[in-house]
Amino acid sequence: MSDLAWINGALTAARPQAVGALLRYFRDLDLAEEAFQEAALRALKNWPRNGPPRDPAAWLILVGRNAGLDGVRKRARNVAMPDDDVISDLEDVETPLAERLDASDYRDDVLRLLFICCHPDLPATQQIALALRIVSGLSVAQIARAFLVSDAAMEQRITRAKARIAGTDVPFEAPGPVDRAERLASVMAMVYLVFNEGYSAGNAARNTMCDEAIRLSRLLLRLFQTEPEIMGLTALMLLQHARLGARFDAAGEIILLEDQDRKSWDQKLIAEGLALIDKAMRHNRPGPYQIQAAIAATHARAVTAADTDWAQIDHLYRGLERMQPSPVITLNRAVAVARLEGPEAALAMIEPLEDRLSGYFHFFGARGAFLQQLGRTAEARTAFDRATALANTPAEAAHIRRHLDRLTADG
Amino acid sequence: MLYTLLCYNKEDVVWSWTKEEDDAVMNRLSVVHERLTREGKLGPSLRLLPTTAATTLRGKDMVIDGPFAETKEQLLGFYVIDVENLDAALDVARQLNAANPTSVYEIRPIALYVPEARPTAPKEMVRAY
Repeated sequence: MSDLAWINGALTAARPQAVGALLRYFRDLDLAEEAFQEAALRALKNWPRNGPPRDPAAWLILVGRNAGLDGVRKRARNVAMPDDDVISDLEDVETPLAERLDASDYRDDVLRLLFICCHPDLPATQQIALALRIVSGLSVAQIARAFLVSDAAMEQRITRAKARIAGTDVPFEAPGPVDRAERLASVMAMVYLVFNEGYSAGNAARNTMCDEAIRLSRLLLRLFQTEPEIMGLTALMLLQHARLGARFDAAGEIILLEDQDRKSWDQKLIAEGLALIDKAMRHNRPGPYQIQAAIAATHARAVTAADTDWAQIDHLYRGLERMQPSPVITLNRAVAVARLEGPEAALAMIEPLEDRLSGYFHFFGARGAFLQQLGRTAEARTAFDRATALANTPAEAAHIRRHLDRLTADG
Repeated sequence: MLYTLLCYNKEDVVWSWTKEEDDAVMNRLSVVHERLTREGKLGPSLRLLPTTAATTLRGKDMVIDGPFAETKEQLLGFYVIDVENLDAALDVARQLNAANPTSVYEIRPIALYVPEARPTAPKEMVRAY
């Protein structure tokens, strides 16, 4: 690997910590990003000459802070009043930086940086774009490609999202345990959004988002080593991502779990996911991510689709339903029930959900499949037609059309 | 003489390699592996899963999430065991700890295990010290 490749990796790896710490100093996101940018430029000049520093993040924070202070001072000379409010921690500039770079600072810095991206006023797509830009450091062009929009449109989306959060109070004091737990919950949800945005599309440009979500989740787990839900979230994404190569055929059409070539599942990712679930279970503090990971693990452990332990999956979905009742979870459990008790029982389970899931692609897909298994062809066709109309991606629509074709062929 | 080579690097940097960078490193390594195999020098080799998948046993009952944090102890050896799950691995670690109570055992899942390739591999236990 060339110096440059190593430096790029080190800059990417250090970015969340460094921008997070710079945000704490400057209390201004743009200033923090500019300071990091400047530090990264100096790293590209300095590191090949002097060798990489032992702690790249600490180096970038120190250099970035000095660069940022210079910038603020220069600007201050040009305006009427020095704006001291812009800079926090001025009084302790002299204390050795390393002293204050302890693990808990890092933790809260990274958490804060992620947390400002999941502001509840921001729609999901803006949260994702913001996190990829600010935390992951992807370029606007890279993010635009992943979302299949123009660079200009993405630039505008990110600018708008930043303007939105600039007006809100970013919590800079170190959070208490309750606040920290709440922030962590929001951040985990946002990381899973990033993953799902990549996962649902299933094209190569978007795999970046899955990889990035897994990287962020592992990073969170390193910072919060004893949090079983982060173990669960990381495991869940690893186990789902392990099926990447098997989920679509050469024509880009969806291959259902039961039809996938299990030999092409990534065993290394599966091993890591299973190891994390083992670790999480020792804590006896089950949570939604752990349960979803356990469901994914049940599929991963089945050597063939016929080996799937549907009773276990039904049991796990029941646990999930109790924890966070939702018609979508009930719908998922119905798929297990269809295997255990037959399509009639599954259909009876999902009928009461129609009011709440009337706009949900998978509801009509599942209903159509159950009806098809029961031989109620005309009703199945109606359900599949509704599903096609609600499909989120061309691949989903194509998948349902194949069901419809089969119905036509059968009768 | 038998040696083990322990590979150290910054994990978060390795996670941040692009796929192309990662592939390039793995390709260059496999060239070396093949050469060493031809030369009859390569014993079992393995790649570990991330430290986030690790668990550490200190004393009899103190199970800690995460890797062994480097302090004053040095790495003195390692085992490869084949067991069902983390609990079974912890059980083995407890047995080792009972025999050697001051040692700390990190349980780290293995991502890749390449078995012994040398035709002249020692068949008996080697006592190298």
